[in-house]
Amino acid sequence: MATSPPKTSPRPDLPAEPAADRAAEPEFPARLFEYAPAPESTEHVRLDDTYGLFIGGRLVAPHSRRHRPTVNPATEEELAQVAEADATDVDRAVAAAAEAYLPWSRLSGRRRARYLFRLARLVQERARELAVVETLDGGKPIREARDFDIPTAAQHLFYHAGWADKLEYAFAGARARPLGVIGQVIPWNFPLLMLAWKVAPALATGNTVVLKPAETTPLTALLFADICRQAELPAGVVNIITGGPEVGAALVRHPGLAKVAFTGSTAVGKEIQRVLAGSGKRLSLELGGKAAHVIFEDSPMDQAVEGVINGIFFNQGHVCCAGSRLLLQESIAEPFLRRLQLRMSRLRVGDPLDKNTDVGAINSRAQLDRIEELVRAGVEEGARLHQVSCRLPERGFWFPPSVFTGVAPAHRIAREEIFGPVLAVMTFRTAGEAVELANNTRYGLSAGVWTSKGSRILWMSQRLRAGVVWANTYNQFDAAAPFGGFAESGFGREGGAQGLGEYLEFS
Amino acid sequence: MATLDQVGVAARARLFASRSVKRSSKLFACNLIIACTDLTTLEGSDTKGRVEMLCAKALHPQPDDPSIPPVAAVCVYPAQAATAQRRLRGSSVKVAAVATGFPSGQVPTKVKVAEAEIAARHAQEIDMVMDRGAFLEGRYRDVQSEIAAVKEAIKDGHLKVILETGELGGLDQVRRASWLAMEAGADFIKTSTGKIQPAATLEVAVVMLEAIRDFAWATGREVGFKPAGGIRNTKQAIAYLVAVSEILGDRWLTPQRFRIGASSLLNDVLMQIYKERSGGYQSPEDFTQA
Repeated sequence: MATSPPKTSPRPDLPAEPAADRAAEPEFPARLFEYAPAPESTEHVRLDDTYGLFIGGRLVAPHSRRHRPTVNPATEEELAQVAEADATDVDRAVAAAAEAYLPWSRLSGRRRARYLFRLARLVQERARELAVVETLDGGKPIREARDFDIPTAAQHLFYHAGWADKLEYAFAGARARPLGVIGQVIPWNFPLLMLAWKVAPALATGNTVVLKPAETTPLTALLFADICRQAELPAGVVNIITGGPEVGAALVRHPGLAKVAFTGSTAVGKEIQRVLAGSGKRLSLELGGKAAHVIFEDSPMDQAVEGVINGIFFNQGHVCCAGSRLLLQESIAEPFLRRLQLRMSRLRVGDPLDKNTDVGAINSRAQLDRIEELVRAGVEEGARLHQVSCRLPERGFWFPPSVFTGVAPAHRIAREEIFGPVLAVMTFRTAGEAVELANNTRYGLSAGVWTSKGSRILWMSQRLRAGVVWANTYNQFDAAAPFGGFAESGFGREGGAQGLGEYLEFS
Repeated sequence: MATLDQVGVAARARLFASRSVKRSSKLFACNLIIACTDLTTLEGSDTKGRVEMLCAKALHPQPDDPSIPPVAAVCVYPAQAATAQRRLRGSSVKVAAVATGFPSGQVPTKVKVAEAEIAARHAQEIDMVMDRGAFLEGRYRDVQSEIAAVKEAIKDGHLKVILETGELGGLDQVRRASWLAMEAGADFIKTSTGKIQPAATLEVAVVMLEAIRDFAWATGREVGFKPAGGIRNTKQAIAYLVAVSEILGDRWLTPQRFRIGASSLLNDVLMQIYKERSGGYQSPEDFTQA
């Protein structure tokens, strides 16, 4: 039998000291029943050597004639050469979208719905290919790409297809009209899903789009371009331009846009807001987060542990709504952390293509540097770091699932978004204190509450300043549920009727 | 009492069921499943001949292949325990007898204790049914004292307590029953009799395994787990093994702490072993009946 953690510690620490932690024997070791490698086949996936820009319904060479490689973050191997757009390409793409706008916006809702249904079905048909490419390009476990990213992307397309022919009477007393050409810039954490969140409502409402996927994860967007071609979507309704941050900057500044929709970091979001001030363009921002995950003593503890694991290690913690601040009621801190540590010892970190992998690769070298920098800051500021002992691959970008205990609200790891598999643990005594701690952040995207008491769920959700409050679950998404933040987490909603409204003008 | 959330438990069970167990790990699992099987016949029509046939299968699951291990135990009604004992004497295969008014448990405690005591003369292991009537009436102490009385009556016998989770009305109740049984002295907690639907489910397994973990933390005693009823193919059985391994770890991957109660699982496991070895399936006639 393993020994209990020391009870003398004033703070709810895990049993071992950080230095000894990696080597420490986990409780209930599980080594006998090792799963043999079970890699998802990549044989059905054919990637081109080079990709152009998707403008006016065709893949065209970039004006600069320059390409840059996109790599597999799990192996650092090059997957393909992707076009580098410049201001001239942005002009061309916006012009193509503007040309497509009038016929597309005048098309009956029923006809637009038909195209969206077609896109949704093609995403489903090509789900395996899309899932594998998402994993290759972004480093996320194939299990998540297969079971979450791609099906949820398809659901968003289906859901919005259903809205397209109901806009005339869905908003009582108001006439809903599309805006025009929309510039959309999306992040690298859920590439195809974020594309679907942006493209589906824009198209359903009769707008046309120019979309820029993230620099490190352009491939599923380029596959989606092929899906648009397969669906015989009218040329120019969807345009996809690839490249670095300069391309995104050129796009959002373009005078031909009626609206900009951005999902990404708070720093870039603020910059966009400055640039757009006074331009008359509509703007919606979905930015960072530092969500509080509040666990009360009457919570279903083992399921709450699962919720916390899912909240912070899902997609390596590259999730804007990740439950990165764990607030534990002090009376259960010790048994909870013991369970959490045992559960973390079971996480399988490694080859993202392996069907049994729970935690994959960090998306890029730059992101890994940022995670490492913040973790160092956590240690320097006096928090205690606990990491699972797992063998990480030699090549590629990796970071082990990590927990900080003894965290003070003033520490950087408690305030700044790490966007990695790093959890900061704090304790509270009363529900009131939990609310204070949870709201003590510049962000306000999401929060989680675990308790068996229904009335406390309502009490908490009225007081937590967050766009989404999950109760006795975490990271649940549905196309019908509006998603978005408060404060520095941005404004505007995606999903549901509210999300649709972002792409409509009411008169 | 700790509370449970059904949706969360179901999600965890789905994760276990979705683990991809292939090649060497599948062979390891198949061999372990055989070594942990309680080969079972519990029919009103059971005869001496039927039980002898089952014992032969238990000793040599595949007669022409000595690399296949014998099963853990043969599980029969008390009236057949002596026959099984004779056939299995001198082997590693144990005799397990169900007792205490199996499957309903609706007989007087005195009769239950007497039945268990008599069954234990021929069986090293007793699979008793928990008194669900008393449990649902809230007479938890009576439930416990009965388990303790049976434990005492079978002396050194190995006691498995069947919770019959399909009759308890929810996962919180499964957790409570698991705890009661372990406190009262159960060496194993077992899901079901196999006579009631639903029998074993992965969700129930998750709850029972976590209760076993918590009981080990609280007392230092490591109680075994036996899913039984409705486990017919290798894939299902492997999912239970995955759950045991990921929740409790290596110390439970042994017949001392893990059993699977099944009547028709064995040949499917054999078929999977030969498939892994040769790459193709053999016909059902290649495997002996039991």
